[in-house]
Formats: sequence, C-alpha cells, structure tokens
Amino acid sequence: MSTLEIRNLQVSVNTDAGAVEILKGVDLTITSGETHAIMGPNGSGKSTLAYSIAGHPKYTIVGGSVTLDGADVLDMTVDERAKAGLFLAMQYPVEVPGVSVSNFLRTAATALRGEAPKLRTWVGEVKEAMEALNMDPAFASRNVNEGFSGGEKKRHEIMQLELLKPKIAILDETDSGLDVDALRIVSEGVNRAKENNNLGVVLITHYTRILKYIKPDFVHVFANGRIVEEGGPDLADKLEANGYADYVSK
Amino acid sequence: MSLLATNYLTPTGREEAWRFTPLKRMRGLHDGAAVIGDRASLISTHVLPAGVTFVRESLEPLAESDDVIIERVRGFSSNVAHLSITANTEVGQPIFLGRSKGALDTAELSRVRISLGNHATATVVIENTGDTVLAEDLEISLAPGSSLTFITLQEFESQSVYAARHHAVIDKDARYKSITVTVGGDVVRILPTVEFIAPGGSAELLGVYFATAGQFFEHRMHVDHAVPHAKSRVNFKGALSGRDAHTVWIGDVLIRAVAEGTDTYELNRNLLLSDGARADSVPNLEIETGEIVGAGHASTTGRFDDEQLFYLMSRGITLENARRLVVRGFFNEIVTEIGIELIQERLMDRIDGELAKAGA
Repeated sequence: MSTLEIRNLQVSVNTDAGAVEILKGVDLTITSGETHAIMGPNGSGKSTLAYSIAGHPKYTIVGGSVTLDGADVLDMTVDERAKAGLFLAMQYPVEVPGVSVSNFLRTAATALRGEAPKLRTWVGEVKEAMEALNMDPAFASRNVNEGFSGGEKKRHEIMQLELLKPKIAILDETDSGLDVDALRIVSEGVNRAKENNNLGVVLITHYTRILKYIKPDFVHVFANGRIVEEGGPDLADKLEANGYADYVSK
Repeated sequence: MSLLATNYLTPTGREEAWRFTPLKRMRGLHDGAAVIGDRASLISTHVLPAGVTFVRESLEPLAESDDVIIERVRGFSSNVAHLSITANTEVGQPIFLGRSKGALDTAELSRVRISLGNHATATVVIENTGDTVLAEDLEISLAPGSSLTFITLQEFESQSVYAARHHAVIDKDARYKSITVTVGGDVVRILPTVEFIAPGGSAELLGVYFATAGQFFEHRMHVDHAVPHAKSRVNFKGALSGRDAHTVWIGDVLIRAVAEGTDTYELNRNLLLSDGARADSVPNLEIETGEIVGAGHASTTGRFDDEQLFYLMSRGITLENARRLVVRGFFNEIVTEIGIELIQERLMDRIDGELAKAGA
C-alpha cells in the first residue's frame, strides 16, 4: 500500500517577465488502487502539477510538500522519483534520436529493478506488453518516439507503465489525440496495470470520454492553479453537462 | 622540390583555408620546419584477399592540389603505398591497413593510393594509431562501376599531428562511401575531397568526431560536381567536451555550370557537452546551374536537450546514463554505417570513455 500526499503545493515557472505562480496551493492524496481524475480547462495548471511531481527542471517549487509513503519527493532527483515508484505518462513524449525502444526499455528496467533483467524472460515480457497494446513487433527497433504517430506515442507510454510497474502513475492527457479504438486499447493497458500492480492513478484530462473506460473513484476539478471542487464519479457527469464555466469565473 | 619553391605558400593563418588551424601546433608540417624522418608507416595488418595487392611504387599524382602540405609531400617523394583491387573483383571481407610505430621528433610525409578497377567492390579500413607527426596525400581512384567503402579511424595518441587530404576521383557510375572517424590526436586536419569525372557517380561522406580538452580536429570537405548527374551526401556529427576543445567543419560543395542533374545535401551537427569548447561549422554551397535535382545544407550546434534528459530520467535512468544514451544515440546513425561490429563497439566504448573522462 502506497500513498502520495500533496500538501499546499505552490509552483512557479520562470518567464521573460519574471516568475509566474501557476499552482496556488494544491492538496491531494492518492493511495494504491485508487483512480483520481483531475479535470479542468486549458491553462489551469493540470500539466504543471504532473511535471512538478515528476521533477521537471522548468518548475520552481515555491511552497508545500509532496511525499510518497513519507519520503520527501521534492528532495529527490528525477530518476530517484521514478525509483521511488512514481511514473509520468507524458502528453508529448520526447524523441530520443538513435536510441532504440528496446535499448531504452531495458536501460530503464535495469535502473528501476537494480539489475539487468534476464534476457530470455525480458524478451518475452516486452513481446507480451507490445501484443497487449496491439503494437507491431518492429516497433522495438525504432528510435524512441521518433516518427511515432500520436497514438503510437501514447501506447509506448502505457507499455512503459506496464513494464516498469510504478506504484503511482500520473497520466497527463493520455487520451488526447487518440481515436476510439486506440483510446480503448490504451485504457485497457491502464486497467491491467491497476489490476496487476494495485497501481494508484492520477488521470489528467479535459474530457469525460476516457472515464467511460477508466472508472475514477474521485473527480477533482482544477481551475486557476488549485482544486476547486471534489466529488465522486457523478461530478464528471455534471462537468459533461455544464462545462467548466462555473469554475473559471470564480 | 626545394624549400624555396614552396616557401611562398607557407600559410600565415590569414588564408581562408588556414584561418582556424593552430599553426603553432603543426610541428612544422606547414612551413617546412619539420625534420623528415625515414618512415613508411602504412602497413597491411591482415592477409590480403585474392585480387588485392599492396606495393610501394612510383606514381604521379591523380589530381592537382592547392594545399601546401600536400604539395610538400609530393615534392618530397614519388614513392606511393599502393593498394590495388583488380577489376571485377568483389572483396567480401574488409581490407585492413594500419600503422607501424611512429615518432614525434621527426615527421613522416606519406603518399597513398587506393585504386579500384572496373566494377570492383571493396571495403578498406585504415586504422591510424600511435604517436606520430604525419602528413599524408591519400588519393583514391574509382574506375567505372566500382564501389568503395573507405573507413579511416583517427585514433592517434594525444600528442600526434595528422594533416591529410583524402581525395577521391570518381569515374562513371562509381560509388564512393567514406566514413571518417576522428577521436585521437592533438591536431588532426583532414580534407575529405571528391571530384566527379564522369556522370552517374555517387559520393557519401560520413564522419564522426569527438574532441576533448585541448584537441583540435578539422574536417574540410570539398565536393566538386564538375559533370552532370552525380549525387553527393555529406553528414558529419561531432561532440566536444572540455576546455579549448575545438572542431572545425567546412562543407564546400561546388556545382559547376555543366553539372546539370546534380543532387547534393550536406549536414553537420555538433553537440557541445561543456563550456569552453568551440565548434565552427561552415556549409558553403556554390551553384552555377539551376538545372539540378536538389541542393541543400544544414548545420546545427547545440547542447544537451533538457527534455530528452528529463524523459529518460523520469524512467529511472541516472543523469550520467541518460547523457551516455543521448550521446551514443547521436553518433549511432553514422557509427552503424561502418558495418563492422568490432570497430563499432570499440568506438562506442571510446565515446563512453571520453564522456566519463570529461565528467560531462
């Protein structure tokens, strides 16, 4: 059982015009097995929350705390956060020229498991993960995210989620740019990870359609850098009907 | 040739061709001050396959040169180490040439010829190693329909100076692919140059270099499209790390008025891994006819991409390993073109080592 606790998190980003405060005190607790949907309009700070927890250097923590089972996440380097059990599925996964998917996956698995996975079982593991996500085996020899379609990038992120077995995963708009079939396949991958690893999920999205496939236990509405309303799955239905207008004007 | 005849050519550093080169570190190769040693260091390191000969003989130069050091080499000796591949021979295994022991107190002036007969195919590897001061006039003659992959590995020891022209003369429908790797030496200055003498030829000049503190590596291409319907590609990638690491890449491509149907593209990418290093990159495309298939160039010099490092690290990979992956990936595109596993691994290990040494 793991718990990610975010307390009064305040984050700013440096711009040409100086530091701009984006997160203005976020409180959120995620426990293994739970799924939290974070919904909100563009520019409300949802992605900033995701990247700040993962440790992107662009963001400056101004105040508050993030702990995973009591350990200070904000004090960890980016790779240490992954080793502690955090995973960020990115909205825009980065191209790494000349580095093959298979080399990348094996390097990551070696780092996270503390030893290189045995070649024989590893090949099977990767094959299985790829088949489950309906990916062409040739994918493994392509360079990381280079020339991938939007859907391929997202499948690749979820494949990592399944292979690397984190405790808590933040999915940053994993649903954006996916057609109905890809959305279903990717969602099934997330649900498998939940089932197999008792994964805790933070699902960041604009739209309710992914919530048909990945059932949230809690829904949080994000606006102007903080959570402005919380509720159960029925809150998503309300958002679907009314949009974010009520929250943005606050 | 007497010293007087070439004296007026001695570069001062103000000439376009010499403006980047640290002449003081050339150990007298450029101004004739070097004491010439009695060495002929190029040797065959493996058994030569059938249809291949390697002899020393007197040969006239294939092509003119306006490089002062090449002129000095030619003035000094007509003796040429000649690797010859008989017409219609397809040599499956790479042909390896290497270096016997060099010296730093005297200089070697070397002339080399590689010639492929009609429709011959071969891969030639020259492994340049050791401590040496070496000026080299290396000419390659590709007969119609022949195909050469030419790999030179500059893995010299740290005090070496190497100044060379690797000049290919490409006849009808011949194919030339060169991979120039420069990772060792104090000063390395190579002129990879190509001239097409009949239509239908192709040249692909690939290169990688990695300069660390104090090293100077210069690669000065010249591709002369003097005939119609030839194709050329240039792609050099370099990394620099450490104080006063300096690399120069010059890409001169000339498409003459008669060279209709030319197809050319040149590319240079540099990765600066620390402060205090300098990469000069100068693509230069001269086009005298508009009747071409394509002509273009690109040059970039940048640092580590923070987004790439973040992405890798977010999967648990340490900063050090993330950097190593990115640098290996950067060079991978060209190193895999070598096609000889043993050499590829040796190079990647060397690159890892340079990176670790630099603490980048």
